[in-house]
Amino acid sequence: MGTGRGPARIRVRIRVEGIVQGVGFRPHVHSLARRLRLSGWVGNDDRGVFIEAEGEPGDVACFREGLRDQAPPLAAIHRVTTTAIPVRGDRGFRIAASQGGNHRVTLVSPDVATCDDCLAELFDPADRRHRHPFVNCTNCGPRFTIIRDVPYDRPATTMGGFAMCGECEREYLDPSDRRFHAQPICCPACGPVLRLLDGGLHDDDPPPRGPGDSLDGGGPRSDGAHARGPGDGADPIGAAVEVLRAGGVLAVKGLGGYHLAVDATDEEATRVLRSRKHREERPFAVMVPDLRAARALCELDAEAERLLTGPQRPIVLLPRRPGAEVAGAVAPGDRRLGLMLPYTPVHHLLAAELARPCVLTSGNLSDEPIAYRDGDALARLAGVADAFLTHDRPIHVRADDSVLLAARGGALPLRRSRGYAPEPLRLSPPARRAVLACGAELKSTFCLARQGHAFVSHHIGDLENYETLRSFTEGIEHLRRLLGITPGLVAHDLHPEYLSTKYALGLETPGSVDLTGVQHHHAHIASCLADNRESGPVIGVAFDGLGYGTDGTIWGGEFLVADLVGFTRAGRLAPVPMPGGTAAIRQPWRMAAAHLHAAYGDGLPEDLPVRARHGHRWDEVVAVARAGTNSPLTSSAGRLFDAVAAILGLRDTAGYEGQAAIALEQCADPTEQGAYQARIADEGPLVTIRAADLVRAVVEDTRAGAVPARVAARFHNGLAVAAARVCARLRDDTGLGTVALSGGVFQNRLLLDGLTTALRLRGLRVLTHRAVPPNDGGVSFGQAAVAAARDTLGLP
Amino acid sequence: LAHGAGGRATHTLIEAVFLESFRNPMLETLEDGAVADGLAFTTDAFVVTPLFFPGGDIGDLAVNGTVNDLAMCGARPRYLSAGFILEEGFPVADLRRVTASMAEAARRAGVWIVTGDTKVVERGKADGCYITTSGVGTLDRPVRLSAASARPGDAVIVSGPIGEHGITVMLARGELDIEADLCSDTAPLNALVDVLLDACGGGEGGDGGAVRCLRDATRGGVATIVNEIAEASRVAVVLDEDAVPVRPAVRGACELLGIDPLYVACEGRMVAVVAGDSAEAALAALRSHPLGSDAAIIGRINDDPPGLVLLRTSFGGTRIVDLLVGDPLPRIC
Ligand SMILES: [Fe+3]
Ligand SMILES: [Mg+2]
Ligand SMILES: [Zn+2]
Ligand SMILES: [Zn+2]
Repeated sequence: MGTGRGPARIRVRIRVEGIVQGVGFRPHVHSLARRLRLSGWVGNDDRGVFIEAEGEPGDVACFREGLRDQAPPLAAIHRVTTTAIPVRGDRGFRIAASQGGNHRVTLVSPDVATCDDCLAELFDPADRRHRHPFVNCTNCGPRFTIIRDVPYDRPATTMGGFAMCGECEREYLDPSDRRFHAQPICCPACGPVLRLLDGGLHDDDPPPRGPGDSLDGGGPRSDGAHARGPGDGADPIGAAVEVLRAGGVLAVKGLGGYHLAVDATDEEATRVLRSRKHREERPFAVMVPDLRAARALCELDAEAERLLTGPQRPIVLLPRRPGAEVAGAVAPGDRRLGLMLPYTPVHHLLAAELARPCVLTSGNLSDEPIAYRDGDALARLAGVADAFLTHDRPIHVRADDSVLLAARGGALPLRRSRGYAPEPLRLSPPARRAVLACGAELKSTFCLARQGHAFVSHHIGDLENYETLRSFTEGIEHLRRLLGITPGLVAHDLHPEYLSTKYALGLETPGSVDLTGVQHHHAHIASCLADNRESGPVIGVAFDGLGYGTDGTIWGGEFLVADLVGFTRAGRLAPVPMPGGTAAIRQPWRMAAAHLHAAYGDGLPEDLPVRARHGHRWDEVVAVARAGTNSPLTSSAGRLFDAVAAILGLRDTAGYEGQAAIALEQCADPTEQGAYQARIADEGPLVTIRAADLVRAVVEDTRAGAVPARVAARFHNGLAVAAARVCARLRDDTGLGTVALSGGVFQNRLLLDGLTTALRLRGLRVLTHRAVPPNDGGVSFGQAAVAAARDTLGLP
Repeated sequence: LAHGAGGRATHTLIEAVFLESFRNPMLETLEDGAVADGLAFTTDAFVVTPLFFPGGDIGDLAVNGTVNDLAMCGARPRYLSAGFILEEGFPVADLRRVTASMAEAARRAGVWIVTGDTKVVERGKADGCYITTSGVGTLDRPVRLSAASARPGDAVIVSGPIGEHGITVMLARGELDIEADLCSDTAPLNALVDVLLDACGGGEGGDGGAVRCLRDATRGGVATIVNEIAEASRVAVVLDEDAVPVRPAVRGACELLGIDPLYVACEGRMVAVVAGDSAEAALAALRSHPLGSDAAIIGRINDDPPGLVLLRTSFGGTRIVDLLVGDPLPRIC
């Protein structure tokens, strides 16, 4: 053995698990091995990457270190196992063919924004991919949204129908090339074709359905010819930019679905887009070509710039500069702006040529899921878009843009989807049996877990809609198949009417799966624990819109003493009726009526503006609340925010979830230090915050002439102080020194920062979210953590 | 026991307890009445607060309810029995009022109340007056109506504006202090069924008629009925929100109470599933009768997604109209 010139050779078999496919890992291994003059091979299989390497012991050790240390940027290595095997004395290092199998533990990479190398080619007139709208490489490009199956190879993606040209194939097969085994590789000669279709709004022609429908097929062009549409030879990007400059609405096919775009400096165009989207009131996100343009609109710090330019390319909610040049209709009444940098070559070309901020909002009508199939998009958006910038590479999985809030302690995720899903989160304790967690109802996600990995799905949306329910059930099947997970344990919310609960209950055929119900706010707190890789026990503050409580009432202002396995409810906001149930959510003034009735009884001043605005309806709603007809009791913090927003005249009705509460936060003066006082009372075993004290203070301060900005801030501060006092009480009772904050209300940065400060002043440690949102998008992750922890102990 | 609202929980109770104990092929169909040997047989128990409300009382509910269950089987209602459970101290004058309206309802429906029974229980053991009625009808037509017979392409028709009974009773409890110009819709539907079957024929029985299924939309409202049809027939029911007839007073009260009229009980409205090409004829026939003058086609049967009811909203969205587990509870976080 050995050559006799140096130390004896050794040979090892190495297995690498994690996100190691489709990210340039094998070329990395190949070049590393060649540099160290090792022999052997590297290949992909359904568990990740397998390697055999032979050489001098020092070189093999360097190789093992380099595997991790010099790994390509998109790789995420979870485990490396090494076994010594007999030396073979072979020569050279090669890349072996992919191997199939039935263990599917390969991880699927999220989609990745265009990398700097590809960007340079995109704008280099001498490059063969100059202005090619589909340029990508192993370091960037579409992944999750185009994958139909694993192993991740071209035929298993929606690029399967596009035959590589000779030049692309050479790059694909060359281990030293940046595009070695880049599955979506293509070029102008062989790739998908971008085109601009007329939206048909200018004349009486029907919407252009034909070409759209044919795009759905998946792109195989049997004749090998380019099926270019009308306007062949024209420049679709240039024409699209003209549509935007003329004030038109442009539908753009992105990675995970269609967007609608208008010139963000064009007030009229932005208004037209709002009205065509049907009473849409949500703030629009804005795409800017680069960081310089972003700085002109918003205040950016280093962290914000890091988030904006990261490979996930989320929308980042940032403080808007006074006088920022965007139309008022983009985000009315909001001091923030959601900014995004381009994330595909199409967006780069569009942004560069438009050279202005551009609204980029989901391609749907209000409340519908985003359109992602071509025929469907052309049909549904026909009345909305003046033109469609589209192409023939199908999207297999719908994925909305991710949204982050730049917050004091780092980024707070508000929606975790494109660019993040389905990258796994760490789960501890690991799942003994594989878990499916079905999530909540609105902003729904699901979560699959196996061993130490929790795969939180992309954002699915509001399940009451059939299209969304279908993407929920189909999404579960798809991800289950990709990851090869067969759940033995299914976790669900306790709300009997959630469609996700009904779905879970419908899976139970005797002996097939075990079900475990997880209370909504326990799931929130568990998601925060798992997000911080802790298992409790902690004091949990779960403030949200509402969730089903174990006593059949509606909770949402809860203090729990919780660990991953279970919880006790230790405190809450004083409950009030929700007059008319769901109607009280759509009409925050009803919550004002309920809270004011609780605070004042029949002594409520008649001339209070919120009461005067509703005339006889006010008394009817109070009567409904008093009779308890369809008026469940709720301790919801979100509903208290709604009530205060209505009392201050900010919003009487809500066009979308959380609108009134957001208006209250955006109205509040963050420099105001005053805080209203709320008493804390023991009601049986529950420490209860007297919300009526805050409501009375709001009314009286307003009547004394305080402006809404000040009242709103003092309310925020008062609630933060009261919540901190409850936590301190619970610390004294339990000896626990850590507080976890979760629930949709903690998307409110003023409250989050205020409460965090108040807790720290009392010597308490604070956990907040990092990877999953505090809102219901994080509930599935919490459910999975609870299910895994219970299963470890053998608990149901 | 929290199984009152007529939704999924009631179903679970029925399937887990009653079907389990009494299992037989006739019961298993879970139709409103049992049909055999040329006869239809049904029974129903009536509990309502308050006992008297605008447009009716527990007495005519008890007669019309059983008459309608027989009519929904395609039978001609003939004979009824009546059982009373009375709370000690229940005023005799009120009992007279109840029996008088039962007699009037029986006359209107053309049935005889031929037998009965009365028990008086201690004060506090019952809420005034409960009534149970059973009924026998004859199957004079060769029809076979079933919730399992709906087919893709069929039309879904409702015989009149929905939700009046449930909202009237809710307001009559007097806790809400709302004045509304509303009466219960309680009525016998057998004559209306005759008109419809004369015009279109029913089921797959001898005459190859076009009416597949009839259901009176009582507890749980139209939403519950169409869910049962979707489930039993393994089809999709697609309703058109704008086509569902709802009187303004009902709509207003529902808006105030935050209740979806599709889930509110009726006592004199039926849902008919009719072959698509007979839909217009069926609608015309129903409208020719006073109880069906506001009948409307509210949706159609599709093959996909089986077992679900979808509502096309005014904005063009597609909402799922699910069978409720219990009372409606908000689901928004
Ligand atoms: Fe929640
Ligand atoms: Mg009945
Ligand atoms: Zn690249
Ligand atoms: Zn090519």
